[in-house]
Amino acid sequence: MESLEQLLSEHPFLQGLAPRHLSRLARCAEVKQFAADQFLFREGEEIKEFFLVRYGQVAMEIYTARRGPIMVQTRQEGDILGWLGVTPPVQWNIDARAMVITRTIALKTDCLLRVCEEDHELGYELLKRFVSRMAHHFKSLKLQLLDIRHGV
Amino acid sequence: MASELMRPTLLAAPVEPMLPRMFRVEKRVKETADTFTLTLMPERTGEFSFQPGQFNMLTAFGVGEVPISISGDPVRPLPLIHTVRAVGAVTKAICRLKRGDALGVRGPFGTGWPVKEAAGNDIFIIAGGLGLAPLRPALYEVLNNRAAYGGVEIIYGARTAQDMLYLQEQQQWRGRFDLKVHVTVDVGGPGWRGNVGVVTNIIPRARFDPYHTSALICGPGVMMRFVVQDLLKRGVKAENIFISMERAMKCGIGFCGHCQLGPVFICKEGPVFSYARLKEWFEKREI
Repeated sequence: MESLEQLLSEHPFLQGLAPRHLSRLARCAEVKQFAADQFLFREGEEIKEFFLVRYGQVAMEIYTARRGPIMVQTRQEGDILGWLGVTPPVQWNIDARAMVITRTIALKTDCLLRVCEEDHELGYELLKRFVSRMAHHFKSLKLQLLDIRHGV
Repeated sequence: MASELMRPTLLAAPVEPMLPRMFRVEKRVKETADTFTLTLMPERTGEFSFQPGQFNMLTAFGVGEVPISISGDPVRPLPLIHTVRAVGAVTKAICRLKRGDALGVRGPFGTGWPVKEAAGNDIFIIAGGLGLAPLRPALYEVLNNRAAYGGVEIIYGARTAQDMLYLQEQQQWRGRFDLKVHVTVDVGGPGWRGNVGVVTNIIPRARFDPYHTSALICGPGVMMRFVVQDLLKRGVKAENIFISMERAMKCGIGFCGHCQLGPVFICKEGPVFSYARLKEWFEKREI
């Protein structure tokens, strides 16, 4: 059976991280599996976990009274969920629903932040990776917005 | 054999390039709310051949003429297949044509996707919206000679599931073991089980060897710009990235100048260009 450190090291978000850093993160980590249509979290709930998606597909949905849930994005293997939680206390502003069986590693946000405070080298390394993912995320959103609003 | 000197395939223009040939609509298939695929047969027998990526000038008699990419299989050039979106007077008139109606065809014109020249490479096809139509012949050619290529992946993005082209055929493609198909939409409606997001979200997940990959891209200009940036970042060489440009093509033979982009006439030296060739002009705002 693979150790948590091994699973963490295999995820693209953490690839190349020093083994000692992976060991520290492993203390905050837990493997979680979600059945199809099970929610990872829902809008309004406090952000307690940060997810690394290992397998499956997650629908990011915003609920509207008139049209019901609107799927605005999907996340797959290799993606992350929950960088909003790096500045707590924060609530989820979106629903995340597993579309198929989905396997994740959930990192407890309070533990993650504590580890980063204790080890600034790890904290800075993670921050760089968060920023890179956020930059990619916003770039994609701009293109998506252009396409939806203007059909470019 | 793939080489750094890969170029879009240059072809001779038809013998009488300004004279339309009469074709008749044999079949009309509704792809989406405003997009139709027309199957056309020539009135008189004769030769017709094309390279993937080339286009014809289609005439709706009494209305006008428009450039439309050929979207059929180059191995079976007749009947001629065109997928047309009804957006202007001419395309609306073409999309209204019924079985047996006549229309004029001039062509084929322009350069093709360098599919043969890409043999030995991985093939990465990225299409947005109607951009799948000019890329479909390239995919046919790759699949007709599948053993000549490495991995073959397609990313196809559309605004919604209802805006997707060739749905039945997409299912066949998905059923193949030698082809990886990623589909994504901007807005996931009820019942949608696929990806939601833009095509650039999928690029990091695609498996190709950047040193031995030919990327063929067609879609909205902004999409192509974003895709090119991401491919360059992954290490694909600018000369192995090919884009299909859209401009106001009129004559089809580089004569009238309507489609000029910097130093090139899109209708004659394009519509397919390597990014290396067009880089300077591709991102220029003033023209």
